[in-house]
Amino acid sequence: MDWDLALILLVDGLANGSVYLLAGIGLVLIFSVTRVLFVPFGDIAAFAALTLAAFEAGRLPATVGMVATLAALATLAETWRLLRIGEHRRLGRALVGWGLLPLLPCAVAWGVVESQAPGWLQILATLLLVLPIIPLVARLTLQPIADASVLVLLMVSLVLHFLLSGLGLLFFGAEGSRTKPLTSLNWEVVAGFTVGGQTLLMVAAALLLSALFYLAFEYTVIGKALRATAVNRVGARLVGIRPAQTALLAYCGASLLAGLIGVLVAPTTTMYYDSGFIIGLRAFIAAIIGALTSYPLTAVGALAVGIFESFASFWSGALKDAIVFGLLIPVLILRSYMALHVDDEIEELDE
Amino acid sequence: MNKRVNTFLVALLVATIAVLPAMIGSFGTALMNDIGVSTLVVLGLVMLTGTGGATSFGQAAFVGIAAYATGWLTTTQDLSPWLGLLFALFLTGAAALAIGMLTLHLGGHYLPLSTIAWGLSIPLLFGNIAALGSNTGLANIPPLQIGPWSLMEAKTIYYLIWPVVGLAFLFSYNLMNSRAGRAIRSLRGGATLLGSVGADAYRVRLWLFVTAAQLAAIAGWLYAHMNRFVSPSAFNLRASIEYLLMAIAGGVGHLAGALFGSGVVLLLKNKVQDALQILSSNGARLEIIVFGIVFILLLHFARGGAMGLIARWSARRKTPSAPALADDGTPPLPRRPLPTRGSEILRVEHALKRFGGLVAVNDVSFTVNAGEIVGLIGPNGAGKSTLFNLVTGAAPVSGGTIAFCGRDITHLPQRRIARLGMARTFQHVNLRPNMSVLDSVALGAHARGSAGMLRGGLSLDRREEHQIMAEAWRQLARVGLAERAGERAGSLPLGWQRILEIARALAADPILLVLDEPAAGLRKQEKAALAELLRGLRSEGITILIVEHDMDFVMKLVDRLVVMNFGSMLLQDSPAVVRADPRVQSAYLGSVL
Repeated sequence: MDWDLALILLVDGLANGSVYLLAGIGLVLIFSVTRVLFVPFGDIAAFAALTLAAFEAGRLPATVGMVATLAALATLAETWRLLRIGEHRRLGRALVGWGLLPLLPCAVAWGVVESQAPGWLQILATLLLVLPIIPLVARLTLQPIADASVLVLLMVSLVLHFLLSGLGLLFFGAEGSRTKPLTSLNWEVVAGFTVGGQTLLMVAAALLLSALFYLAFEYTVIGKALRATAVNRVGARLVGIRPAQTALLAYCGASLLAGLIGVLVAPTTTMYYDSGFIIGLRAFIAAIIGALTSYPLTAVGALAVGIFESFASFWSGALKDAIVFGLLIPVLILRSYMALHVDDEIEELDE
Repeated sequence: MNKRVNTFLVALLVATIAVLPAMIGSFGTALMNDIGVSTLVVLGLVMLTGTGGATSFGQAAFVGIAAYATGWLTTTQDLSPWLGLLFALFLTGAAALAIGMLTLHLGGHYLPLSTIAWGLSIPLLFGNIAALGSNTGLANIPPLQIGPWSLMEAKTIYYLIWPVVGLAFLFSYNLMNSRAGRAIRSLRGGATLLGSVGADAYRVRLWLFVTAAQLAAIAGWLYAHMNRFVSPSAFNLRASIEYLLMAIAGGVGHLAGALFGSGVVLLLKNKVQDALQILSSNGARLEIIVFGIVFILLLHFARGGAMGLIARWSARRKTPSAPALADDGTPPLPRRPLPTRGSEILRVEHALKRFGGLVAVNDVSFTVNAGEIVGLIGPNGAGKSTLFNLVTGAAPVSGGTIAFCGRDITHLPQRRIARLGMARTFQHVNLRPNMSVLDSVALGAHARGSAGMLRGGLSLDRREEHQIMAEAWRQLARVGLAERAGERAGSLPLGWQRILEIARALAADPILLVLDEPAAGLRKQEKAALAELLRGLRSEGITILIVEHDMDFVMKLVDRLVVMNFGSMLLQDSPAVVRADPRVQSAYLGSVL
């Protein structure tokens, strides 16, 4: 391997890594606030890519149907819950929050398709449309058992991946699609070595967003509430932070990140309904490097995984995935070894 | 349910399974074969996940290794499927051992996460190895042959699969009720519990992991020769999750849940496929959605599964009792020679324990002589429990030395110290609530037996098991719990749970008994009975080190007291001297100075 090739692989790896970085932030965000390892994160990103592709093709994305269905189910669940605990007064708010609010982006989507809006509006509509997905899914499947053990939550989230990929197939079909490049610019770093504008865009987006997240976490009340919940749920509750609300916030943030990933990745490769799983899993490795709590370590991990993947695929394209997932085991061993305090108590599944 | 009803139910089940193929046609028989094969995998999963507490998201990968092993050997090497079985068992066992050794040390949720990693990677490997047919897999695997009979038809292989399932259940049932089984059932209590009875939690978990993988291997071998075709997709993460669904649907805490779970899930899957085909042209796509919804509903509303519901229902109707043991002339377990009275058995010198910047135990030295009761007292936060953990090896020492019976045990692991003859109870009662009182005590005698999982599963441990059970009965009678032997340990009042822990410690035939607040939660008469018991033990030559807050209880009982305050030792002397010491008074009551 010569230096040129290594450089190309490195740049490729950084581009991949920045996607995993965004996804890793999303995973850590959800885990630290809710203790859920949100495995289907990548699936949502794939949905975003397919949504943008549908906009570009001038079709109303199937996401509209998906969001509407989820919103209807979530409204039913919330209504049932409120009726059971006798809180009739809050029914109206629930109806607006869970039923009508998620439908707004659907209306926007319809408007964008009807008016043949320009590209940037399509991207905006995509982000808006994907935004309610994770909160709605979490409301239906995770929030009712928010106090269950990490293991049960992990199981639900794994099953959720299969469920969502099934829904993806149902709504989007098996065809893959690729969107128009976001930029056609190229940057010639040195003679004979150019970096694609798309790559730069991905890296820049990752850097910008992680900086924004950092600022939001450090300097806003909401960010502090999220951090408080992450550190100690009971303690946060005692100072008046409602875990269900911070969880909702975390799910929204993650959904937004998933949407951005979808938009960024869609022009670089053909996306299918199930392409997201791999992205999610690699981000997962990154998040575990960050012990599922540390954002900076997750960022380092994401870039490392991206570069590792890029070189692994050079050595063995076919075995690339096996190698990258195999990486998880040494990472876990290292993590477990470094953990200062390992819970002796093993979580109960059936109690 | 009493024993006769159970025997009748099992006989009925066996008879039904024996005549079933004649009644349900070849399609139904093939479905039953699938259920049988899945049951084997799920049986391993129930033991590993439900009982042992180690969740595996990759069990299908083991099925795959076995299926590919036999498939490769019989197609490319033209060897007999029976050699294939040996090869499959060997390869799967080796893989499980390697993976287990790598990952079973992982704590918390890292272990289940690691199972996802190999559950994903192994099927990916199958799909990328040309010698294994890459993504298309291996075809034309020969059918099984027993003498002149070919087991090609569903109806014939049925009579191999189900007896194997029956034997697997017998093995698992025996295993769970053996010495190794008690250790497995205690795994969820944590490494400290197992270490305190001289068992190595990691090794127990490792062999359990390998056993579960071997069951998956037998299933994989049957699968390969039944379908006569293997491809990677049958062993991917989704397949693993389906096995987990079966285990949870059936009830992860009960062996019978394996049969029930695989039966229900596969029958349901079959019905759902039929129904979806009518509903829509892409029924297969919808299947996964139904599967996901069912699984999530199960996790929301019925994590105990079907057997959990049945157990809850039957628990209300039965009065638990443990079978009494007939005296068949088996000699009792041999006892350890006790050291001569008055000789030094425990020497703690300059013991030091730091937690970061906090010094919890600071330069504590004392000795305990054989045949005496030494009390360790001190106000809350004095470092008594930490000192206990240092002595028993449950926590590593930061400095100083500890010797037991003349041996340096400063850096020995807890289980080795326990095997030298130090038995303990816990301040926060550490019992498995669902184990019977009798089994909880029998666990204490773990280090006095030697039968492993294989001997236990094959029921070759009867003599030793009889000895252990006789010992457990003896200790239960000694502490006055014999009448409640069959009840769940968790159903006893807290005070009696402490007594049960003493019986468990006694079953280990200890030289030194280390008791952490044994009288807490006991009533006055019960305390008197406990004191009587401890005095009796002393007169037998057992040495006792005791932490206790009830001063009246301690002062009347002990020969000598060690007083601690703020991590340091204040003094050690007879109760009368300690009671009169102004430093002790000010430590407990506060000083006027």
